[in-house]
Amino acid sequence: MKVNPDFFPLTQMAQRFVDQLAQCRRLGLTVLEASEHHVLIELPYSTELIGYPDTGVIHGGVITTLMDTACGSAVVSAIFQKYQSLEISPTLDLRVDYMKPAQPHKSVYGFAECYKLSSNIAFTRAIAYQDSIDDPIAHAVGSFMRISPEMVGDAFRQALIGEAVPPLGETNELK
Amino acid sequence: MSSNKTTDAIPTESKILDVQGIVKRATELNDFGHLLEHVPYAKFIGMKVERFGDELIFKLPAKDDNIGNPILPAIHGGVIAGFMEMSAIVQLMVFMQTAKVPKVVDFSIDYLRAGLHKDSFAECRITRQGRRVANVSINCWQTNRKQLIATARAHFLID
Repeated sequence: MKVNPDFFPLTQMAQRFVDQLAQCRRLGLTVLEASEHHVLIELPYSTELIGYPDTGVIHGGVITTLMDTACGSAVVSAIFQKYQSLEISPTLDLRVDYMKPAQPHKSVYGFAECYKLSSNIAFTRAIAYQDSIDDPIAHAVGSFMRISPEMVGDAFRQALIGEAVPPLGETNELK
Repeated sequence: MSSNKTTDAIPTESKILDVQGIVKRATELNDFGHLLEHVPYAKFIGMKVERFGDELIFKLPAKDDNIGNPILPAIHGGVIAGFMEMSAIVQLMVFMQTAKVPKVVDFSIDYLRAGLHKDSFAECRITRQGRRVANVSINCWQTNRKQLIATARAHFLID
């Protein structure tokens, strides 16, 4: 799936955000689309992520990580578009309902939207699917705490919207 | 790596797994880590389990790959959730001697404070167990058991 970046101008910023999270690099998460309203992330299949060895189905925790990341990126994108500033919003709570197991050897897609941005809280929902969004694997609802933009360090801001693309290796100067 | 027993091999492709046998063996050996060895995801995040009398305490040692927030740094919320979900699965398997791996139906987590880059622990309580569905609550902490970093509840299908 190739998407014209002009169409979803926040895709690159969202990918850079996701790349800052060590766990997400490890999982190989790719941001396919990002706008002020939504984020779409791909999670490739890996045998390392199996939670049910008898069937090869990936662990629910991986789906939760995908949903948490997708919702978090949707919040960052929505805030960036609305206020032209960066905020790092920690998750307050997340509820995931599992409709059916993910099929092995296929990517899982996480579609998330930030449907309400209030002064203190960001409200999100997300759907995980494989073949069609109408045939979901899981559905999630989460709320995120908004933190003042000053809490975002210069290094992190640089990594997300600065000129230079940050190295994808270990967390460098951010430590 | 250092496996001299055939049962330690991790099945990759769909291979029939004797779940009841594994649970039984773990109970006999009093080594519940034996159970986790069969789950690649448990290895992926690096979780461990320890038994103290009738209690199981789950441990997630600090690991660079599990970081989500590079500024603090803090563990990715999804990893904490995955760790707690896996803890609940093992708790159910051990205390109910299930014939299958319990399947998660829903999982609801509240994050109470940042999970810093250090060892985390979890304990589970089977709140209610029906014939087909079990309700489990899970608490997770780091330095002090009374200062939880997250609390969760989940439903599992256990046929």
